Amino acid sequence: MCLAIPAKITRIDESGQGTASYIGSEVKVNLSLVPQVKRGDWVIIHAGFAISVMNAKEARATLRLFKELAEASQDEGA
Amino acid sequence: MKELRDPAALRRLLGEIEEKVRGIGRAPRLMEVCGTHTMALFKSGLTPLLAGAGVEMVSGPGCPVCITPNGIHEAAITILTRIEDVTLAAFGDMTRVPTRKGSLQTAIPARGSRLRIVYSPEEALDEARRDPARPVVFFGAGFETTIPAIAFTVRRAAGEGLRNYSVLPALWLVPPALRAILEGGEVAVDGFIYPGHVSAVIGVEPYEFIAREFAVPGAVAGFEPGDILLAIRSVLEQMAEGKPRVALEYSRAIGRAGNPVARALMAEIFEPFDASWRGLGRIPGSGLRFKDAFAGFEAGPRFGLETSGPDRDLPGCRCGEVLRGVIRPEGCRLFGKKCLPDSPLGPCMVSYEGACLIHFKYGPARRARA
Amino acid sequence: MTKISLELGSGGRLMRDFIAGKIVTLFGDPLLRELGDAAHLPGGIAFTTDSYVVDPLFFPGGDIGSLAVNGTVNDLVVSGAEPRFLSLALILEEGLDSDVLDRVLRSIRGAAKTAGVRVVTGDTKVVRRGQGDKIYINTAGVGRSIARPRPAKIRRGDKIILTGALGDHSLAVMLARGDFGLRSNVRSDCAALLLLLPLWRKGALWMRDVTRGGLATVLFELAERLPYPLLIEEDSIPLSRPVQAASELLGIDPLYMACEGKAVVIAPKAQAGAFLRRLRGHPLGRQAAVIGEVQDEVGRPGELLLRTTAGGLRLLEPLTSELLPRIC
Repeated sequence: MCLAIPAKITRIDESGQGTASYIGSEVKVNLSLVPQVKRGDWVIIHAGFAISVMNAKEARATLRLFKELAEASQDEGA
Repeated sequence: MKELRDPAALRRLLGEIEEKVRGIGRAPRLMEVCGTHTMALFKSGLTPLLAGAGVEMVSGPGCPVCITPNGIHEAAITILTRIEDVTLAAFGDMTRVPTRKGSLQTAIPARGSRLRIVYSPEEALDEARRDPARPVVFFGAGFETTIPAIAFTVRRAAGEGLRNYSVLPALWLVPPALRAILEGGEVAVDGFIYPGHVSAVIGVEPYEFIAREFAVPGAVAGFEPGDILLAIRSVLEQMAEGKPRVALEYSRAIGRAGNPVARALMAEIFEPFDASWRGLGRIPGSGLRFKDAFAGFEAGPRFGLETSGPDRDLPGCRCGEVLRGVIRPEGCRLFGKKCLPDSPLGPCMVSYEGACLIHFKYGPARRARA
Repeated sequence: MTKISLELGSGGRLMRDFIAGKIVTLFGDPLLRELGDAAHLPGGIAFTTDSYVVDPLFFPGGDIGSLAVNGTVNDLVVSGAEPRFLSLALILEEGLDSDVLDRVLRSIRGAAKTAGVRVVTGDTKVVRRGQGDKIYINTAGVGRSIARPRPAKIRRGDKIILTGALGDHSLAVMLARGDFGLRSNVRSDCAALLLLLPLWRKGALWMRDVTRGGLATVLFELAERLPYPLLIEEDSIPLSRPVQAASELLGIDPLYMACEGKAVVIAPKAQAGAFLRRLRGHPLGRQAAVIGEVQDEVGRPGELLLRTTAGGLRLLEPLTSELLPRIC
């Protein structure tokens, strides 16, 4: 019930319709549910609607966490 | 986000999970609520790795294809096959469920009518805008992740005076279903993996009763393999500490408060009622129906169709019991014999997250040695 | 089953059972029983046929005409034959625009020229409006046998080579039917796979073009008849960026998406490197890659396994129904 992808908003037109870029393809996004969104923000897109604006700081923290996990795994020769 | 799929990182997490299982002293049974989580586990090959680490995953009822009763599917089929010059728009997953009238895919449309597979409810609305004289019915099925989008289309249609647009609703709420499962006591579950994108809308608070009243731990998870393992690790930690709560393990994507704008939109168009789920029966407050102000957009009354009624599963289909976790797919006599992916007799064999389909493709009898 | 259902034509189990059970049994012909993509006839001739029914007729990168040529040409190539001649049978729906027909015919002519085949015989029928979906095409192909697939000679350690990225054709057609809010520059990969022919002379053991049902279905059908399981690596499978994007957005699995210009080749272990170099030297094979091998360390005979990016293992089954965009 939850198929959704993170994508970066590249354009917001006058009517409020958004365009996002995802692995090089352009995706139409309805931004009505996230009125606070700005161009350049990352959002979670489900069924053509942005349902959430992503938190860049938390995203970086998550990536760091996984890099550390990967390194720890390699250190123990797993 | 490929770091969240990095095999070295995942191995590390699996190792930590295995340690925590040893600390707990028995094999925990966790329920992933959301069909997309079931699918993610399956596609990434994590399920056998988790079993190897001592964690058993049980699928919950978070599959709109599976839990929408046949009565509603049949109403959709009736609209497509009996009403002329109508477009029935639906999500792909919903169109292959077998009913006594066949499926939406195999149904022969009435003259001038057609089935249109859409990815977004907005496509259905666009279809209605394209030709305001032609009725468009959107078979709107989903949980809280999808309901705001469906509500949006209704509000827009009302605002633009699009009288040809209507919605056949199959709208389901997750927290009441979880309460029903816990109160039913049929399945012993040690912890929950909560649906990350439902939570993007409803936040974290609606699950708190599970920790408070039932003392069952849980964590809200994203959908990459790493996300799911983080959530499982958190649940096991809670089990070890004896401190059940609702942990948020998807904070890059969602906040604890969820999306108030989306919730307000849902509440503007719809109101809760006691809906009947396939397999789980009537659950208080578990579904959404049109509020009076927007009732004119409901397809059933518009076309004079009844959508409720007794469960009309195909004979012998035990999908309901599978959905409640009472039996495994292998416990159904039809499983793997008469009920197969190319000739499914129930939605659990149709839906990509249906337990029966997943067990058939990847069940114990066919598990690969790693 | 008393009435023919749409499922029968889907390429899944129902269709395989129908062909093996009804058709082969009824005709009792030893050549037919082999169920190869083409039949090798006495006298060094190979013979095949295929029918084309596609909606929409035109899509980026191709149309029903180029499909009708390349699909049949490729059936000959992967069976070990040099394509030479085609027949062309048209079933046209009353009311079809002549311009549309002209476009399709010109496309057939262009594809045939590129593939080095001559259209030498054919037929035209017109059916009443409503009794045919604009155009149906059947092409039969005749070629010169140069080799035979030898699945019985497949051994442990033999490599599975995929000639390029999966799913472009399937996505191009899907987006041509309804854009699902996704704009992409994907084009069908519809092409004649003549680049495979030299591999037969170099010892290729088995080939199949990756059409309906996708890579997983094609390899599953091979795995079923081998004494060793097949293992493929998710990380090694080439995907174009549009297919990557669409598969995540719409929830469709590239392993099941149809191509019209890609093939899998089973290469003897010692030849795999040379095959890869040859393929990569050709414009249609630049992304060719070894994606797996015949082995017996993991899985059981008859199985097709995928080692996932995450390090897990997954059993792959053949496609059972149409790929549709999901929300779950």
